[in-house]
Amino acid sequence: MDLSSKAPQDVDIRQAWDTHKFRMKLVNPANRRKYRVIVVGSGLAGASAAATLGEHGYNVACFCFQDSPRRAHSIAAQGGINAAKNYQNDGDSVWRLFYDTVKGGDFRSREANVYRLAQVSVNIIDQATAQGVPFAREYGGTLANRSFGGAQVSRTFYARGQTGQQLLLGAYSALERQISAGRVKMHARTEMLDLVVEDGRAVGIVVRNLETGAVSTHAADAVVLATGGYGNVFFLSTNAKGSNVTAAWRAHRRGAVFANPCYTQIHPTCIPVSGSYQSKLTLMSESLRNDGRVWVPKKAEDCGKAPDQIAEADRDYYLERKYPSFGNLCPRDIASRAAKEACDDGRGVGPKVEGVARGVYLDFADAIKRLGKSAVEERYGNLFEMYERITGENPYEVPMRMYPAVHYTMGGLWVDYNLQSTVPGLFVIGEANFSDHGANRLGASALMQGLADGYFVLPFTLPNYLAGVKPGGANEGTAAFKAAEADAQGRLDKLMGIKGKRTVDSFHRELGNLMWEKCGMARTREGLTELLGRIPQIRQEFWENVTVPGSPGELNQSLEKAGRVADYLEFAETMALDAREREESCGGHFRSEYESEGEAKRDDANFCYAAAWEFKGVGQAPVLHKEPLEFKYVPLATRNYK
Amino acid sequence: MKLTLEIWRQANKSAAGAFETYSLEGVSEHMSFLEMLDVLNEKLTSEGKEPVAFEHDCREGICGACGFVINGRPHGPQPKTTVCQLHMRSFKDGDRLVLEPWRAAAFPVIKDLVVDRSAFDRIIQKGGFISVNTGSPQDANAILVAKNESDKAMDAAACIGCGACVASCPNASASLFTGAKISHLALLPQGQPERWKRAEAMLEQHDLEGFGPCSQHGECEAACPKGITLSNIARMNGDYLFSQLAYSPRVGASTEGG
Ligand SMILES: Cc1cc2nc3c(=O)[nH]c(=O)nc-3n(C[C@H](O)[C@H](O)[C@H](O)COP(=O)(O)OP(=O)(O)OC[C@H]3O[C@@H](n4cnc5c(N)ncnc54)[C@H](O)[C@@H]3O)c2cc1C
Ligand code: FES
Repeated sequence: MDLSSKAPQDVDIRQAWDTHKFRMKLVNPANRRKYRVIVVGSGLAGASAAATLGEHGYNVACFCFQDSPRRAHSIAAQGGINAAKNYQNDGDSVWRLFYDTVKGGDFRSREANVYRLAQVSVNIIDQATAQGVPFAREYGGTLANRSFGGAQVSRTFYARGQTGQQLLLGAYSALERQISAGRVKMHARTEMLDLVVEDGRAVGIVVRNLETGAVSTHAADAVVLATGGYGNVFFLSTNAKGSNVTAAWRAHRRGAVFANPCYTQIHPTCIPVSGSYQSKLTLMSESLRNDGRVWVPKKAEDCGKAPDQIAEADRDYYLERKYPSFGNLCPRDIASRAAKEACDDGRGVGPKVEGVARGVYLDFADAIKRLGKSAVEERYGNLFEMYERITGENPYEVPMRMYPAVHYTMGGLWVDYNLQSTVPGLFVIGEANFSDHGANRLGASALMQGLADGYFVLPFTLPNYLAGVKPGGANEGTAAFKAAEADAQGRLDKLMGIKGKRTVDSFHRELGNLMWEKCGMARTREGLTELLGRIPQIRQEFWENVTVPGSPGELNQSLEKAGRVADYLEFAETMALDAREREESCGGHFRSEYESEGEAKRDDANFCYAAAWEFKGVGQAPVLHKEPLEFKYVPLATRNYK
Repeated sequence: MKLTLEIWRQANKSAAGAFETYSLEGVSEHMSFLEMLDVLNEKLTSEGKEPVAFEHDCREGICGACGFVINGRPHGPQPKTTVCQLHMRSFKDGDRLVLEPWRAAAFPVIKDLVVDRSAFDRIIQKGGFISVNTGSPQDANAILVAKNESDKAMDAAACIGCGACVASCPNASASLFTGAKISHLALLPQGQPERWKRAEAMLEQHDLEGFGPCSQHGECEAACPKGITLSNIARMNGDYLFSQLAYSPRVGASTEGG
């Protein structure tokens, strides 16, 4: 298996991308419209890529499962987007953003990719501004910035708490412009069910029209996946309900290796689960930790009391106690694990769900005393309102309750410096690839990566591939297309035909709970082994006992969910295996066996690689390949937040 | 609590629909409205019946996928709240709730509570963008925008494209949606070069899609979960008028002809 990055090794990292761009082949403008390119996904990555490829003159088809490309999950991002503009003149630079991202990723990313990401970050802000994205501004009319997620410089651009929405609407507007120009054909409400590979190259996809149920195939000269992350393997996450692993997993089954599936990010401040009917979790901005103090009662027997009935001396401000220098602002993974420990210890607060209270207080009483209610309102008013809408409690009077939740997945399909997977002609961008974030993503860096990939990287690397293939080579009539279509249709028929007793959601919840327990915030070899025993059993029961009402030839949301859950039931196994194989703690992957005084213990001697898994069949052990990671520019170092 | 739900059931675009009545017990006040429907759907599925189709994705009030009418009100009784953010504490034990899809000629019903809103995308295709190719722009800070103008543009840009404005309007007009996009771009310096052409082209598409005219009822503003105001419609109408008087190619053509 060739896992070489293909990043130029003969020049300094600062010149790598320019050198590479110059070395890549171009496609003659007159020939571009002869090339058909499929882009699956219309989030930040997919919309920006499809629009830009359309502008360049390629013949693009874009797919999404929502009713409009504007509704992709990217729309929900709140906090902001990083860029090394150094508009605040506070010492930021491309080098510093590169350095912070490599270090933040706990030295598990590829340096050359991260440097390029930092480099093109500045172009994203220019592009979005020119499109009319209404970023926050200062009174003088220049763009405003904030510091985000503990960064020492203010490099985050934002549009109120709706940065993802505004950036996505910008990319969507560029996409709609190309649709109207006839260069992009949009297929909304269309789900990719499989990848078509012919003679070792990606040549098309199988899709289902979600309105009519019709299954069909589309041929192309290259396929781009921009299908987002797999956080919903946990059932409960902050991701949109439709976010799924299907496209990536199906491509994996067709030969694309999957890298670092165990790297998931858990966000510490989400609204806790309120009951067994809970369908998703809502993120509350990290900025709340700037002024809120996190605590639980010292004694388990106080947990049922109203918070104002618990004396100051009986409260455990555990983050301030354990991490005196960073306190409530310690990194996401540390804050998340500490909350879990407190609740596992029986000191969680709020309603009990399935016998345990899983919540910690985030208290603004001191901030209100110190700054006054109106100052607190100015900073967090909209967040407080949102919290009250969901919980019915007023955070000015009662402390908020928070609990960690799955938020982002760093793992994904393995790609080289060209963003090409191990299947030639299959490119993967945005959260769907194993990305530039290593084992942990810094706040405000996912939007940056999605748009960097889509606007500024893929539009150069994809033509380099196309220049080497004859346009229009693939066609829907060949055996490979017929076979893939029949496979997909057969699977749908099988799901419809089981007619068992359990609902799709009940399986998804069962899998999700188990993943959260055994492969969530803290993992152990023992727990993962147990998990690896359970997943095949759930999968087997699913294929024997699931019920999918309705018919396949119509809008059938149960059938859509069933297909996605079936893929999660295969994917979960590889994820658990990856977590067990990685006998170290790094970034979002915490193995309880590898820690010293509660801190993650990385093992660079043995695990400084990207783990890339090759599919061998359902229920068969996948084969592990390793891409060694070298740190030539940012020296390996240990994080310390005490 | 216990609820009686009267829900519009329709198999597909061409089928006739009808209300069906369901009763649901054990609804917790902490559930969101969509979670309540999830519970109903789990129950229907277990009984071998078809669950109610409704659209949703983010469940955070931002993607604009969700939306139907509850007792005559788009997104239900709580102001500035999408149905995915509406919680059952807004209702009480014994309530009877009537759920129906957005009703508008330009939004055909696909199934149950799901409608086809692709007309919105086609309106945007006619000019809801700034014509700038990737890679061509200047430095972002070379364009200065007064903070209050930028804030107003953001107010308009906050539209989530859910369609509640259309559903609430006696004329089924999409003026609030169209006006919000036209205003967002008209308020920014970047939007000026195409301003008049944009207003004209988008409004023409709006009419072609079969949305009705605006006669200032103001229902849309009250129904909008994002607080988009009627002033955006006034701005759109002003821009459209200006395009007709001064910039329309048709006006130009007629002067040449004369
Ligand atoms: C609540 C929340 C807040 C966040 N806030 C921030 C933030 O402040 N800053 C930041 O940088 N990041 C943030 N993130 C992370 C960031 O939003 C995502 O990582 C990013 O938007 C992913 O973009 P994407 O284009 O890769 O994928 P997505 O936006 O997830 O898009 C996926 C696309 O693929 C399509 N698709 C998927 N599967 C299929 C299929 N089988 N067939 C057809 N189409 C398919 C979908 O329709 C969709 O169009 C946040 C995430 C969450 C959950
Ligand atoms: S589901 Fe996204 S706005 Fe309601």
